[in-house]
Amino acid sequence: MKKKSFGSRIIAAPYIVWAAIFVIVPLIIMAYFALTDANGAFTLANLAGIGKYKKAFAVSILYAVIATIITLLLAYPMAYFMTKMKISSQRMIMLIVMLPMWMNFLIRTYSWITILANTGLINTFLSKIGLKPLQLINTPGAVILGMVYDFIPYMILPIYSVMSKIDKSLLEAAEDLGANGKARLHRVIFPLSLPGVISGITMVFVPSVSTFYISQKLGGNKNLLIGDAIEFLFNNGPDYYNVASALSMVLMVLILISLAVMNRFSDGDEGGVVI
Amino acid sequence: MKKLLALLTVIAVTALSLCGCEGAYEYAELNLEGEYTRELAGTQLNVYNWGEYISDGSDGMLDVNKEFEKLTGIKVNYATFESNETMYSQIKSGGVSYDIIIPSDYMIQRLIREDLLQKIDTSSLSNYHYISDEYKGLYFDTQEEYTVPYNVGMVGIIYNKTLVEEDIEHSWEVLWDKKYENMALNFNNPRDAFMTAQMILGQDLNTDNKSDWDKAADLLKKGKKNLQSYAMDEVYGKMETGEAAIAPYYAGDYLTMYETNSDLAFFYPEEGTNVFIDSVCIPSGALNYEAAVMYINFLLEPEIALANAEYIGYASPHTAVINNQDYYYYGNEILYPKKEDTPKVQYYHDISPEIRSYYEQLWLDVKLY
Repeated sequence: MKKKSFGSRIIAAPYIVWAAIFVIVPLIIMAYFALTDANGAFTLANLAGIGKYKKAFAVSILYAVIATIITLLLAYPMAYFMTKMKISSQRMIMLIVMLPMWMNFLIRTYSWITILANTGLINTFLSKIGLKPLQLINTPGAVILGMVYDFIPYMILPIYSVMSKIDKSLLEAAEDLGANGKARLHRVIFPLSLPGVISGITMVFVPSVSTFYISQKLGGNKNLLIGDAIEFLFNNGPDYYNVASALSMVLMVLILISLAVMNRFSDGDEGGVVI
Repeated sequence: MKKLLALLTVIAVTALSLCGCEGAYEYAELNLEGEYTRELAGTQLNVYNWGEYISDGSDGMLDVNKEFEKLTGIKVNYATFESNETMYSQIKSGGVSYDIIIPSDYMIQRLIREDLLQKIDTSSLSNYHYISDEYKGLYFDTQEEYTVPYNVGMVGIIYNKTLVEEDIEHSWEVLWDKKYENMALNFNNPRDAFMTAQMILGQDLNTDNKSDWDKAADLLKKGKKNLQSYAMDEVYGKMETGEAAIAPYYAGDYLTMYETNSDLAFFYPEEGTNVFIDSVCIPSGALNYEAAVMYINFLLEPEIALANAEYIGYASPHTAVINNQDYYYYGNEILYPKKEDTPKVQYYHDISPEIRSYYEQLWLDVKLY
């Protein structure tokens, strides 16, 4: 490891201060609340009491896993075909992927209500052509759809950026050595794109598992996710800060564990884009 | 150069469109009864109120805050909350100091008990006499020391005549009725949602008997599948578009929804309902008490109170509004029902912390169920 020069330390200083104030300090505050009771005395009761949120944890993880798998299945081919296009088309597609992100996330989610509602676009169309309306809104499917829609750019972008950097000469070499299209994809492109995939999975899974707005708007407030439970507790005043912090801490530990497991799949520092 | 030009054009267009839709507010000619000085000009007044709970200059109505700023030179910083609990959590944590808050009855009781409100010298409010005696000295402020009533309301059930039968049973039971599966909403806050179940069970809304709350929670769990969703502000959109057919909500809001969709109708359930009163208070952490008192007196001005009552659409405790024949809701039977049509009502009281956290946990159980 190279020794950092004084100059580069100075340049890094603002960010380090920023991270300390807005990342480290809040984490310490959260841990403090999670491990104390209302009077500030040390306790493990908050952590012991999270058993009743089992279902919310399970549902959150299940939805997030499903949403992540769907996003991956959609995003991977998309990123692959993007790299095959002309540079100008790549830019165009990139713009289209990014475009929805210029809009606020809350509005993007809210707009799905008008599409999925019982009196929404899809059902109005169905009844116009004489078909039975479908129950779309307020279902687990709607919540997962919301997650996929909101987070898919975070899957496409890292995969695309890793894939587009794959050295063309490697593919040529594979072809010279007799690998057909399928084998090249399977044995060359996929292993080399893995860091992008891992990074994409992280960037979709983490916000999905901790989300609270999507489930409230598209799930009719009936499918409570762990994020909703935390939000509800915090909104009920300081009495609940301890329990809510404990839940947040457990959620964070679960996320860290799943990230650690994922990191086992990627080859250490190669690519180095994890998280 | 071209790029710079393009950038400038974009900035100019954005700026123009911003100016375009703002539209200048035209100040009204007010006939004020109280005395207002400009001694506090340049100071700030932090007001924390419910969303959509003050006449804000839209649709050619008065902009209460702007008028007050023009009159006194005091800068009004206006913020809104969605629930009493959110407001409480802000006040309690003390992150921001507000000079004016407008909580509901039970929350006022709690704020007083926790010493978070300060006394208001009502003798310095020249317009206080306009408040109807009916709403003075209520249980949470028997000595009229801390609060000035702002709005009154009752909860009832809104339904869409084209989607449910005309002879719908006038009961809370409709929310549990299989006939209306996936058509009805319920409140997305514990106190009001529990109220719908408690009314069916014939309970005291402020019971401190845990088994009463258990029974109400069981009833809510039983009804959860039958509901379309739990909603608060979304009720407007869902009822106005016909997305939902039945929703328990505040009477004043029904009148607003009716303006958009005249298929909507309203009833007060036979089992009785909740009545609430939102009052103006000054938190103990207020930094500008003098300005706050002036602001409260301003809200009590007959013209200002009228504008607010018409904008908000809730029942007013202000006698000059209620008796004004030009008042848009003058004699409205839903806001001001006749004695014989008035439902049995119960106020919410602040509940002991133990019971409160008990039912809040139960509510979480209902949501997790």
